[in-house]
Amino acid sequence: MSSPPTAPPAPPEAPPQPPRRPRGARAVLALLRNAWRGLTSMRTALVLLFLLALASLPGALLPQRSLNQQLVDKYFADYPRLAPLLDKVGAFEIFATPWFAAIYLLLMISLIGCLTPRSLEYLRAMRQKPVATPRNLARMPHHAEAVVDGTPDEVVERVRGRLKGWRRVEREEGEARSVSAERGFLRETGNLVFHMSLVGLLIGIAVGKLFGYEGQVIVLANGSQFCNTSILGYDSFNPGLRVDGTQLAPFCIKVDSFAAEYLPNGQPKQYTAQMGYQTADDVRAGDTATWRPDTLSVNHPLRLDGDRVYLLNHGYAPRFTVTWPDGQQRTGEIQWQPVDTSTYLSQGATKFERPGIADDATRQKSSIAITGLFAPTSSGGQVVTSTYPDLLAPEAAVDVMRGDLGLDDGRGQSIFSVDQSKVDSGQLVRVARQNMVPGQEITLDDGTRVRFDDVDQWVALQVSHDPGQVTVLVFAILILVGLGLSLSIKRRRFWVRVVAAEPGTDGRTRSVVELGGLARTDRAGYGEEFDRLRADLLEPATASTAATTRNGGD
Amino acid sequence: MPVDPMLSQYSDLLFKGALTVYVLAMAFYAVEYVTSRARERAVAAEAAPEPAAVAAVSATGGTGTADLGTVSEENADVPPPPVKAPKPFRSRADRFGRMGVSLTILAVLLHLGSIALRGLAAGRWPLGNMYEFTSAVCFAAMVAWLVALQRTSKRTRGLRKLGVFVLVPVLILMFLAGTVLYAQAAPVVPALQSYWLAVHVTTVTLASGLFFVPGVASILYLMKRSGKPAGFVAKLPDADVLDRLAYRVTVVAFPMYTFAVIAGAIWAEAAWGRFWGWDPKETVAFVAWVIYAAYLHARATAGWRHVGAAWINILGLAAIIFNLFFINMVVAGLHSYAGLG
Ligand code: HEM
Repeated sequence: MSSPPTAPPAPPEAPPQPPRRPRGARAVLALLRNAWRGLTSMRTALVLLFLLALASLPGALLPQRSLNQQLVDKYFADYPRLAPLLDKVGAFEIFATPWFAAIYLLLMISLIGCLTPRSLEYLRAMRQKPVATPRNLARMPHHAEAVVDGTPDEVVERVRGRLKGWRRVEREEGEARSVSAERGFLRETGNLVFHMSLVGLLIGIAVGKLFGYEGQVIVLANGSQFCNTSILGYDSFNPGLRVDGTQLAPFCIKVDSFAAEYLPNGQPKQYTAQMGYQTADDVRAGDTATWRPDTLSVNHPLRLDGDRVYLLNHGYAPRFTVTWPDGQQRTGEIQWQPVDTSTYLSQGATKFERPGIADDATRQKSSIAITGLFAPTSSGGQVVTSTYPDLLAPEAAVDVMRGDLGLDDGRGQSIFSVDQSKVDSGQLVRVARQNMVPGQEITLDDGTRVRFDDVDQWVALQVSHDPGQVTVLVFAILILVGLGLSLSIKRRRFWVRVVAAEPGTDGRTRSVVELGGLARTDRAGYGEEFDRLRADLLEPATASTAATTRNGGD
Repeated sequence: MPVDPMLSQYSDLLFKGALTVYVLAMAFYAVEYVTSRARERAVAAEAAPEPAAVAAVSATGGTGTADLGTVSEENADVPPPPVKAPKPFRSRADRFGRMGVSLTILAVLLHLGSIALRGLAAGRWPLGNMYEFTSAVCFAAMVAWLVALQRTSKRTRGLRKLGVFVLVPVLILMFLAGTVLYAQAAPVVPALQSYWLAVHVTTVTLASGLFFVPGVASILYLMKRSGKPAGFVAKLPDADVLDRLAYRVTVVAFPMYTFAVIAGAIWAEAAWGRFWGWDPKETVAFVAWVIYAAYLHARATAGWRHVGAAWINILGLAAIIFNLFFINMVVAGLHSYAGLG
C-alpha cells in the first residue's frame, strides 16, 4: 500500500453534500455512497452495538433449545399462547436466528468500512512529520512561556535530550527555532489492532461452526473401548454445517476405571478416569496393541491432535448373569441412568436374548429383561432408596421380565426401559420382583437363574473438535493487547519555540522559550506530563521574568 | 481438605467488623457532605488568599465546559500554598471527611482479613459461592474508590464526600451477602477446581467491583447536569470531575473485564468442552461487555459524549449487577452451582 498523494479517504462522517439533483446512475451511486457512509459512521456503530446487546438479552432470559430442550418444552406448556409466537421469531434459539446474524454481520461490515480508511490514514500519518508549530502557541490548551539561560541552540539541544522517544522535527522559522513533537502513536495502533481482531475472532468462530463437531458417548469403565471412526459410534452427535462425518480422526480410547471422591455430605470432590488412548496416527500406522496411558478428570481433558476428550458425567452399570435351564449363560451389563444426581439413584433395563435357540418364536418368548432401581448406597429398607452417591452399600430393586422384548421389531427402543407396549399386550410378563445385593441370585419358575454379579461404573465422554479454536484464542489475546494499548496511551503533541532574548544584566545569553501542548484525544492526564515537561525545560526560569503558564484542559 | 471452623468463625467476625466500620465511615462522609459548602471556592478562599485561590477555583470550581474537558483536576496547575500558612485550615466537614477515609481504610483491611481467612478456612481460593463473590465485589469497589481518591485527592477534595454514595450500594450488597446469601465455608464442586477459577473469578469480581465507582459517578453526573434537586446537587463536585472519574475508572475496569471473560472462555473450554456456549451467565457477560464498548464509543461520538455516555455507563453497571445476582439465583445454567448454601 503506497501512501497516495491523492485525496484522503473520506472521513466516516462527511458533511452532507450540497443539495443537487443527480440523475440516473449518478443518483444510484450517490445513494450507495450515502448508505455506505451512514453504515460506517460512529453513530451507526453505536446503534448496532446497542441492538446487539438488546438482541442477546432474551438468550439469557428465555430457555434456549441448544442448552435445555426440556425447559423450552416446559415454557410451551406454561405459556401455550405466547410460546409459539416467540418461537416464530426464533426466541428459543436467538443465537442461530438470521436477524441476530444480520446485526453482527452489519456491525462487522460497518467495522471494516470504518477500519479501512482509518488504517490508510494511519499509515500515512505514520510517515508524516509532526505538524508544524502553530503560530500562536498561547492558544493551545497547555501553554507556558519563560526566559531561560542559554542560546536558542543550547535550548534546542536540551529539548532534544528531554524529548527522547517522541517523534520530533525541528524547523527554522526566521529568527526562531521550533521543535514539534508527537507521541502516543501506539494508541491508534492499539485501536486498529483491537478492531481488526474483532473481525479475526468472528472468522475463527465461523470456522468452528462450519468444520467443528461435538459428540457424546457413554463408555463402561471396565476396559471398554471407543473409536472415533464414525458418527454411528456416538450416542449423540452435533456436526458443524460442513461436517458429514467422513473425516473424523480415527483415534481410539479405552476406559480402564473410574473413581469419584465425595465429601461426607455427598457433594462430589473429584472425578477421575484412568484410560488409555491411541492417536489417529497410531491407528493409521497399525499400532493398535499399545495404549498410551492418561488420566481424565474434570478440567483436564485429553487433548489429541485437533480433538479433545472430556469427562462429563458418570454413573453405574449393574452386571447380571442369566443362566437358562439348558445351561446357556449370558452376562449383561449396560449403563443405568442416574435419576437423582445427588444420590445417584439410577434406573435402567438390562436385556438378554436367549441364546442357542434356533426357533424365533421360542427364543422370543424366553428373553429376559431386568429393570428397576439401583442405589449405590442403599438405605437398606424394603423400598430401595439411595442415601449417598458412592458405591458403599449397593442394592438393586429389580423386576425380572420374561417374554418378547421386541428387539427384533426393527424399532429403536430406549436402553433404559423395556417396551411398554409389549408389557401392555402381555407379551412381556413380570416373573419376579426382588431386592438384590451383589452376589445374590433369583431362580425363576422355569429354573432360569438371574444373578446380580457386581457393579461397574460408566463415564459419559464428549469428543470436541473445533479447528477455529486457536485462531479465536490468538485474536482474543490481540483484542486484549489492542485494548490495553488504546485505553492506556494518550496521543499528544508538544511544541517548543525558542527565540534569542536580550542578554540579562549579568551579560549571560538568554532565550525566550514558549511551550504548547495538545492532547489529541479527550483523555485526562496530559496536564501532569505537560507540567513535568515545563518544569524540566523552563525551570529555573530567569528570575526577573517569571514563567507565565496557562494550563487548560486537553 | 477439611474446613477449619475456627478460622471460618474469625472470618465471619471480621466481615461483621468491616461492615460496622463501613457504616461508621458512611456516617462520617454523610456528615461531611451535609456540612460541606456548596462550593469549594469558599473553602479555598478561606484557606488561602490570592493567588492560590484563583488557581484553586479553576481546579475545582470551574464551570465545567465539559466539551473541551477544560479545567480538570489533573490539569489545574495549583501553585503551592503560601509558604507561611501557619496551620492548614480545616473545616469541620474536612475533619469528618478525613476520619471517613481513615475508617474506610480500616474497614477495607478488616474486609481483606475476612476474605483471606475464609480462603484459609475452606482450603481453597475464597471465591466459591455467592456470599464470597459479593463480599469480594464490595471489597474491590472500596479499594477502587480509595485508589481513585488517592490519585486525585490533592486537587479535588470535593470528590471525597462522594464516599457516602459509593458506600450506600456497597453496604446494601454486604448486608445481603451476610444474610440472604450467606453460605458456610465449604469446598467446591469438581468443575470449580482449577487455577482458571482463581484467574477468571478474581478478575470478574475485581472488574465488577471497579465498575461500581463509574456507575455511581455517572448517576451523580446526570443529577448534577440536570441540576435537580438543587440543594443536593449543589454540593456535588463539578459535572466534569464526575464525568472524568467515571471514564478513568471504566478504562481500567473494561480491559480487566475483557480479560476475565477471555479467561472464563479458556476455563470453559477445559471444563465444559467448549469455550463459548451462550449459557445465561455468558450471555449477560457478553451483553455487559458490549454495553461498555458502546460507552467507550459514545465518548467518541458527537452528541453522545456526555449525557448519553453516562446513561450507557449506568446501564453497564445494571447488566453487571443483573449478571451477578439475578442470573445466579433465578436462571438455571451451568454457572448456577456457584449457588446459595
Ligand atoms: C464490533 C463492534 C465494535 C466493538 C465491540 C467496538 C469496541 C470499541 C472499544 C471497546 C473502543 C474503545 C477502545 C479503543 O479505543 O480501542 C472502541 C473505540 C473506537 N471504535 Fe469501536 N468497536 C466496534 C465497532 C466499531 C465500528 C463499526 C467503528 C466505526 C464506525 C468503530 C470506531 C471506533 C473508533 C473511531 C474508536 C476510537 C474512539 C476513541 O478514540 O476513543 N468501532 N471501539
